[in-house]
Amino acid sequence: MMILSRFAILAALLAFWEIASGRLIQEYLVSKPSKIAETFLDWVMDGSIFFHAGITAIEALAGFVLGALAGMVLGMVLGRAERLAELLNPFIMAFYSIPKIALAPLFIIWFGIGIEMKILLTGTIVFFLVFLNTYTGVRSVSPELINILRLMGANEGDALRKVVLPSAIVWVFTGLRLSVPYAMIGAIVGEMIAANRGLGYLLSHASSQFNTAGVFAALAAIIAMSVLMNTAVSVLAHAAMPWEKARQNREIAI
Amino acid sequence: MKLESAEAMSMASRHPEAVPKEELVRFEGVSKSFGALQAVHGVSLSVAEGEFITLVGPSGCGKSTLLNMTAGLFEPTEGRVTYRGELVRPYNRKVGYMTQSDHLLHWRTVERNIAVPLEIARMPRPQIRARVEELLELVGLAGFGASYPGELSGGMRKRCALARLLAYDPETLLFDEPFAALDAQLRLKMQMEIRRIVAKLNKTVLFVTHDLDEAVALADRCVVFAGRPGTIKEVLDIPLPRERDLFGIRHNADYVGMTARLWDEMAPAAAQCGG
Ligand SMILES: Nc1ncnc2c1ncn2[C@@H]1O[C@H](COP(=O)(O)OP(=O)(O)O)[C@@H](O)[C@H]1O
Ligand SMILES: [Mg+2]
Repeated sequence: MMILSRFAILAALLAFWEIASGRLIQEYLVSKPSKIAETFLDWVMDGSIFFHAGITAIEALAGFVLGALAGMVLGMVLGRAERLAELLNPFIMAFYSIPKIALAPLFIIWFGIGIEMKILLTGTIVFFLVFLNTYTGVRSVSPELINILRLMGANEGDALRKVVLPSAIVWVFTGLRLSVPYAMIGAIVGEMIAANRGLGYLLSHASSQFNTAGVFAALAAIIAMSVLMNTAVSVLAHAAMPWEKARQNREIAI
Repeated sequence: MKLESAEAMSMASRHPEAVPKEELVRFEGVSKSFGALQAVHGVSLSVAEGEFITLVGPSGCGKSTLLNMTAGLFEPTEGRVTYRGELVRPYNRKVGYMTQSDHLLHWRTVERNIAVPLEIARMPRPQIRARVEELLELVGLAGFGASYPGELSGGMRKRCALARLLAYDPETLLFDEPFAALDAQLRLKMQMEIRRIVAKLNKTVLFVTHDLDEAVALADRCVVFAGRPGTIKEVLDIPLPRERDLFGIRHNADYVGMTARLWDEMAPAAAQCGG
C-alpha cells in the first residue's frame, strides 16, 4: 500500500515534469524525464556509467572505510584517556573547524588528481564525524555501570570489551550514518575540482556542455549510489545491534 | 556447588546460638565530606554475618554514601570502614551492589547479562550455561533468557539484575532502594523473593530504603538516620522471626508497633530536612 502510494507520487511528479518542461519553463533549464532516461540508457549501453560510477564508488568506499576506522580507533582511545583528550582538544577543534573541502588543493599537490586525493578528502571528512561520535559515545558510558562490573572483578580490558565498546557502538553507527552523504560529497566534489573520470566529472562535463539531460542523469546515478550506501550501513547496523530492533518494537509510552 | 554449601550453612544459621556470628562490616566513626558538604558524620555500626540490615532516613542523609564506602567506591574522610577486619580498598569484591536503576547491559540478552560476572571469572562456557539456567529458575525468569532487557517489564529487569548479582555469589549484598520504582504489589513480591533467597543462600544484606514498611518487614535490624549531615539516630532490633511471611506480617502486632514507632521517629527528621 505504502509502496504503491509512493510510486503514484513519483509517477505524478515525473508526469508533471514531462508536461511542464517546454511549456511552463524552458526545457534547457530542467530538461525532461524522457530525455534524461534516454541519456541514462545511452550511458548504460556504452558502459560509461558503470566505469564512472565504479570510480566514484571506490573513492567513496575507500575513504569511508579508512576514515571510519581511524575515527573509531582515535575516538575510543581519547574517550578513555581523559587527560590526553584534554591536552589535544584545541588542536582537534582547530582541525575540525577547517572546511575539509578547502584541503582539496593541498591534497592535489601531494597526490595529483588521481583517486588517492579523493580518497583522502573523503576519509578526512568521514574521520571527523565518526571520531566525534565515537568519542562522545565512549565518554557517555555510565561510570556506575563500570563500577558495578569492577565489583564483579572486571579489569580494564573486561570493562572495555563488555561495556565501553558495545555501548559506544550505537554512537559509532550514528557517525557512520551521518557520514554517508559526506563521503559522497568528498568523492564528487573531488572529481568536480580535478578529474577526468567519476560521476562528479560526468556531472561537471555535462554541465560545461549545457547538456541538462546529462546533468540530471548523472545526478540520478549519484542518488542511486547514496541510497545504496545508506542501505548498506543500515543493514550493517541492524546486524551489529540486534537489541535495537527489540527496542524499536516496544510500543512508545511515556 | 556453592549453592549447596550455602544451603548447608543456612541450616546452621537457623539456630543462631549454635554458631557465633562473625563481624563482617564495621564502620568506625566514619565521616565523609564532598568538598565543603559533609554528607555523613560520625557513623559507627557493626554488621554481623548473615544479618539483614535496613537503612532508612530522609533522602540526602548519606545512605548511598555508606553503601559506596562499603563497596570501596568512596573512601571515608574520617574514621575507617573495615570488612572482615581489613580496611576496605577500592572495589571490595566481596560485595554485590544493586542500585535503583538496574544497570543491565541493554545490548545483551537476559542470559548473557547474567553471564557477565561468570565471564569475568573466566568460567568455561558449558558451566556458565548451567549456572545461568539455575539462576533464571531461582529468580523466576525461566523462559526469558533470550529476551533483551528492553523487552522486559520493570519487575523482570529487577529479577534479571538480582540474578546477575547472585551469579558470582558475593557474600554481602548491597541494595540501594532497588524496588522504589515498582508498584506496591510487585514490590511485595520482590521483597518476599529477596527474603527467601537471602535466607536460602545465607547472605549478609545492607538494604537502603525510604519505605518504612519495607524497612521493618525485611530487617533483622533497622538503622534509622537523621540528616544533615547524616548521623545514626537509632538502631532498632526487629523482633520478627527469621522465617517470616511478608504477606501476613501486616497483621502482626510487633510489625504494626515497629512501623508506627518508626513513623514517629521519622516525622521530625523529615520536617527538619524539608524533604
Ligand atoms: N559523588 C558525590 N559527589 C558529591 N556529592 C555527593 C556524592 N554522592 C553524594 N553526595 C552528596 O552527599 C549527600 C548524601 O548523599 P546520598 O548518600 O546519596 O544520600 P541518600 O542516599 O541518603 O539519599 C547529598 O547531599 C549528596 O548530594
Ligand atoms: Mg541514595
